Amino acid sequence: MKRNPKELEYTHRQVSRRALFVGGLQAAFVGGLAMRMRYMQVDQADEFRLLAEENRINIRLIAPARGELFDRNGKILGQNTPSYRIIIVREDAGDVEKVISDLSKLIYLDPEDLERARAEMRRAPAFLPITLADQVTWEEISKVAVNAPSLPGITPEVGLARHYPQMGDFAHVIGYVGPVSDYDLSQMEDPEPVLRIPRFQIGKVGLEAKREGLLRGRAGAKRVEVNAGGRVMRELSRREGDAGADLQLSVDADLQQYTQARLEGESASAVVIDCETGDLRAIVSAPSFDPNLFVRGISVADYKRLTDDPYRPLANKSVQGTYPPGSTFKMVTALAALEAGVVGPGDTSYCPGFHKVGNRRFHCWKRGGHGTVDLLLSLKRSCDVYYYDVAVKTGIDNISAMANKLGLGVRHDLPMSAVRRGLTPTQAWKERVHGEGWLVGDTANSSIGQGFMLASPLQLAVMSARIATGRAVTPRLVKSIDGVEQPSGAGEPLDINERNLRYIRNAMYAVSNDRRGTAYRSRIIEDAYRMAGKTGTSQVRNITKAERAAGVIRNKDLPWERRDHALFVCYAPFDKPKYAVAVVVEHGGGGSKAAAPVARDVMLQALYKGNPPLEAYPSKDRERIKEQQERLDQLRDRVTPSDGNDRA
Amino acid sequence: MSYLEHNLKSTPSGLRKFLFMNWPLTLLLISVASVGFLMLYSVAGGSFTPWAEPQMKRFALGLAVMMVVAMVPIWFWRNMSVVAYLTSIALLFAVELVGTVGMGAQRWIDLGFMRLQPSELMKVTLVMLLAAYYDWLPAKRTSRPIWVILPVLLILFPTFMVLRQPDLGTAILLLAAGGAMMFFAGVHWAYFGAVIAAGVGLVAAVFNSRGTDWQLLKDYQYRRIDTFLDPSTDPLGAGYHITQSKIALGSGGWSGRGFMQGTQSRLNFLPEKHTDFIFTTLAEEFGFVGGFSLLALYTLIIIFCVATALATRDRFSSLVTLGIAVNFFLFFAVNMSMVMGLAPVVGVPLPMVSYGGSAMLVLLAAFGLVQSAHIHRAR
Repeated sequence: MKRNPKELEYTHRQVSRRALFVGGLQAAFVGGLAMRMRYMQVDQADEFRLLAEENRINIRLIAPARGELFDRNGKILGQNTPSYRIIIVREDAGDVEKVISDLSKLIYLDPEDLERARAEMRRAPAFLPITLADQVTWEEISKVAVNAPSLPGITPEVGLARHYPQMGDFAHVIGYVGPVSDYDLSQMEDPEPVLRIPRFQIGKVGLEAKREGLLRGRAGAKRVEVNAGGRVMRELSRREGDAGADLQLSVDADLQQYTQARLEGESASAVVIDCETGDLRAIVSAPSFDPNLFVRGISVADYKRLTDDPYRPLANKSVQGTYPPGSTFKMVTALAALEAGVVGPGDTSYCPGFHKVGNRRFHCWKRGGHGTVDLLLSLKRSCDVYYYDVAVKTGIDNISAMANKLGLGVRHDLPMSAVRRGLTPTQAWKERVHGEGWLVGDTANSSIGQGFMLASPLQLAVMSARIATGRAVTPRLVKSIDGVEQPSGAGEPLDINERNLRYIRNAMYAVSNDRRGTAYRSRIIEDAYRMAGKTGTSQVRNITKAERAAGVIRNKDLPWERRDHALFVCYAPFDKPKYAVAVVVEHGGGGSKAAAPVARDVMLQALYKGNPPLEAYPSKDRERIKEQQERLDQLRDRVTPSDGNDRA
Repeated sequence: MSYLEHNLKSTPSGLRKFLFMNWPLTLLLISVASVGFLMLYSVAGGSFTPWAEPQMKRFALGLAVMMVVAMVPIWFWRNMSVVAYLTSIALLFAVELVGTVGMGAQRWIDLGFMRLQPSELMKVTLVMLLAAYYDWLPAKRTSRPIWVILPVLLILFPTFMVLRQPDLGTAILLLAAGGAMMFFAGVHWAYFGAVIAAGVGLVAAVFNSRGTDWQLLKDYQYRRIDTFLDPSTDPLGAGYHITQSKIALGSGGWSGRGFMQGTQSRLNFLPEKHTDFIFTTLAEEFGFVGGFSLLALYTLIIIFCVATALATRDRFSSLVTLGIAVNFFLFFAVNMSMVMGLAPVVGVPLPMVSYGGSAMLVLLAAFGLVQSAHIHRAR
């Protein structure tokens, strides 16, 4: 088909025109692209650069080393020991199941742990390390390390774990740490990011929990470069954290250990307080448990054994257990009466074996009665009637106020779990809580530390120290923090007439040293260390009229949980008080038999800083004490391993 | 035929044709491809494998194909247009069949040494056919309805076949390139005006009907459109890619973060970093300077093509050259708009730079046609 040149010329011009038009559109579009590129890369570059950095850089926390715990002599109570674990990286392992089965031929792998590890592996990216076994021994680690070439993807790792070399001795004081649980996190307002580190340990109970803020330290951080999958490519920078503060306790580990051993077999508690500084030299609750079990994660069977034990090993009886103080409360009643001026030390009461308050008979523990008693005699022989009489004259509110002054019914601020306030009833209190008026019979009951009255062994020890010194001795558990001495608990002088105090002290001296005193058998012979004390036996049941008529059932014929609590409080040396001790033996029977000997042994141990010479004991006891010392020495060797590295 | 109307005496013959090739265009193509090699080397973490080396081999092959196509007189290619078009259609059918057997959307035919995508081939053969059609059609008839409907059908048929694969990106490119061919050929403005008006009207109707009684699409279809237009509604899917792409591009700044220093691509934050999103790596590592340079190279290629088209008196030559230039333009314009967050993600590679065999091979063959038109032009 021929075309004429004119048409050719026309079409060519038309194509050119349209090509230029389209070219113009294209040029405009390219210009637009260039503008957009300039806007993003020049005007907005900083914002995008920031976003790219955020993408790229991750902050990873470095767990700080937890502060360590020492006793007053520098003995380690809580430390961080290397803990070995075995981890697997799935992408390096290849056939995971084969590697695991090879590994299980070398070392024992807990099936429960394995199941958890498998579940973790299914969720996590292939390059993340997963723990297969925790707390493995050095021998096992060595076996794995030697066989490493045939175990692809398996690496032994070392971390830090809490260890308590004193085992059960400090379980109630220090408590224990454990991994952060979801529950822990839910309890916190704004949890620190460090708590999200897997397997990070925090204090769960006791000092570890109460001083968590001091012990935890500050986490360090490292900046790492990660890729889109979250894999760490390299470390960019690193700032080490600050280790937690080291705490030195006021407790003497040797005395604590002795006391724990001495209470072996009982459900009991003992507290030794320094009269001069308020330092708690020993604060023991028996039986105890091994806190290391909790650090590793206690087995169901072990935990059940602890909770099912009728002696309640998990309970911290020294501060958490509150008991009717019984006759150990009589010093409070007597002091309140003396201070109120209702009786003088020479005034007497007549004890026929009972006292009528209102129209109810209140019995003395001695059915036949004590006859005519004054203050000294009433305390020495623990006559109840004298106190019924005196208390009614004094009034319950005066008695409670004196009890509070001496440290009963007030909460002592110790960094331990479940520190209880106890109870010193007043008229207003009963009106408020029970909605009933105060009865004069309540006063009689309270006067001998029964009825509503409740006190913990710690409070009883504080009471003894305050009577001994006349000062508001305050218990102190933490002696120093990172070497900085904490304020002493010596306390200000109590607003109590020194003469009145001296009457009480003399009476307490008589309890322990007078031939007819209730604690005479548990006296100290050494003149420099003479002891003043007071026995107590608190009823945990009411004696019915029928029972009384039939003759009071002897304690040892009762089932254990209905027997009386045995109590004893004391301080020594009498002339220059150094230590005050309180002992409570749950359902132990009479205070003079069950509690006073323990208190004396502990007191001597504290005074002599070790086993006392037998000469300190009355001569007829020496043979028995010698045997006891040998037995306890053996027991102490068994209970506490010599060094902290043995962690079977 | 039309070529015979011109003077043949000045046309080079034999090996002398080499000298008359459009060498600036060839050099531009080599430069752009080299940028591609560099980026593929970088995204592989400083390695020729797995992308840069195969790409270089294919480029060498592509250059050879371009030479061969360029040596053959342009009128031969015009005469082959119908055959080429029908072959492409047949291949599209073949893919359809093989794809059905192979359970899934298969877009390629395995030739052993490479995978051929018939839809890529279609882009060039459609341009060839339309150029030949308008070369044959007397100018007076160009705008007559019957002669307008025929090319429209020729465009729509392969477009629908590609759409069924489904490959929305290529379908849009085919449609746009075909429309551009008709426009170059001189079809009356009114047709384009009508189509654009109808398109706008349809889109408006679709969106305005949303939530009313006469809603044109189903709700889920609207949601799909939403995600397509605004990927940020799907932040972990399409939105993630485009966000990361923008971060990479923007963080490049004026001069970039340095060769192989782009954190976004090196740390795998970028998706498809060796294919559709390779421009972001370039922009991240070489900054605005690098990105703009590539844009300039592309623009120069377009300019040289348009110049060739305007220089020749042969209608087929100029139309085919313009068509290929538009195709090429659409390629990089859509890709760059996509990675800059201006257009939805449709899966169009960056021409001559993205990793991929058949697209580059077909493009070089197409540039062979441009070269042939340049060599065999009437002077």
